[in-house]
Amino acid sequence: MSTSRKWYAPYISPLDPCPPLSPIAYETPAQLYLGFQPQGLEQFSPFDALVHGTLWPALFTPYTNPYQSKKRGEF
Amino acid sequence: MWYYEKKLQYPVRVGICSPKLAKFLIEQYGGTDGELAAALRYLNQRYTIPSRVIGLLNDIGTEEFAHLEMIATMVYKLTKDATPEQLKEAGLGDHYVDHGKSVYYHNAAGQKFDMGLQSKGDPIADLYEDIAAEEKARSTYQWIINLSDDPQINDALGFLRERENVHSQRFREAVELLKEEQGQKRVF
Ligand SMILES: [Fe+2]
Repeated sequence: MSTSRKWYAPYISPLDPCPPLSPIAYETPAQLYLGFQPQGLEQFSPFDALVHGTLWPALFTPYTNPYQSKKRGEF
Repeated sequence: MWYYEKKLQYPVRVGICSPKLAKFLIEQYGGTDGELAAALRYLNQRYTIPSRVIGLLNDIGTEEFAHLEMIATMVYKLTKDATPEQLKEAGLGDHYVDHGKSVYYHNAAGQKFDMGLQSKGDPIADLYEDIAAEEKARSTYQWIINLSDDPQINDALGFLRERENVHSQRFREAVELLKEEQGQKRVF
C-alpha cells in the first residue's frame, strides 16, 4: 500500500538564520501509483462518493496540513 | 558556482544561408518551452525539491544553458551577414528595428520572453511540469527540422532533440525516486 505523504530532511547549515524546519513533507497522492485503473474496484456508496469527490476509495487522498500535527515525520 | 568551457556541447555547422530559419530557431531561444525557460526553471526548482533530486535539476539546468548557446550560435551565423533587406524578407524586419542584429529572447512569433516560469514548490507537480516541458521542447525541434532544408543544422537539432528525450527519462526516474516508500529497495 502506498503512502500519500513522504518526508525528507533538507540540508541544514550551522549558519542558517532561522531555526530549522525539518523534515519537509511532500504529497504523493494515490493516482501516482494506480496505473490503469483496474476493473471492479471497490466503490463508495453514492452518498459517500458525493462527499468524497470520488467513487473509488483507492483514489481518495485527503489532504491535511502536515505541519499541524504534533509529531513531525508522521501522518 | 559555475565553470565555463569555451566550446560548444556539440558542433554547430550551418550549411545554407537562410536567415528565415533564424526566425524559427529563436523559438528555442526565448520561447515558452525553449532552452532559456528550461534552464531557469530547473535551477529555480532546485531549492524546494528533496535532496536526492537536487543534483539532477542542477545538471540538466546547466546543460540547458549549453543548448541555449548552440541555438544562439545558429541564429547569429544565419543573420550576421544578412542585409537589412534580406532580414526584412526573412520576416526579421521588426527584430532588426528593435534589436539590430543582436540575438534576443523572444519566440518565433516575436513575443518577448515570458517570465511565467513554472515552479510550484510541490516536487511531484514540478517534475511532471518538467517532463511535459521536455516533450514540448522535443516537438519544437521536430517542427523546426520539418521546416529546415539544411542537413548540417538538422544534425545539430537532432542532437538537441535527443537530449530532450534523455532529460524526460531522467525526470521520470526522479518521480519514481520520490514515489519510493521509505526503507524499500528499488528494483531495476
Ligand atoms: Fe532539456
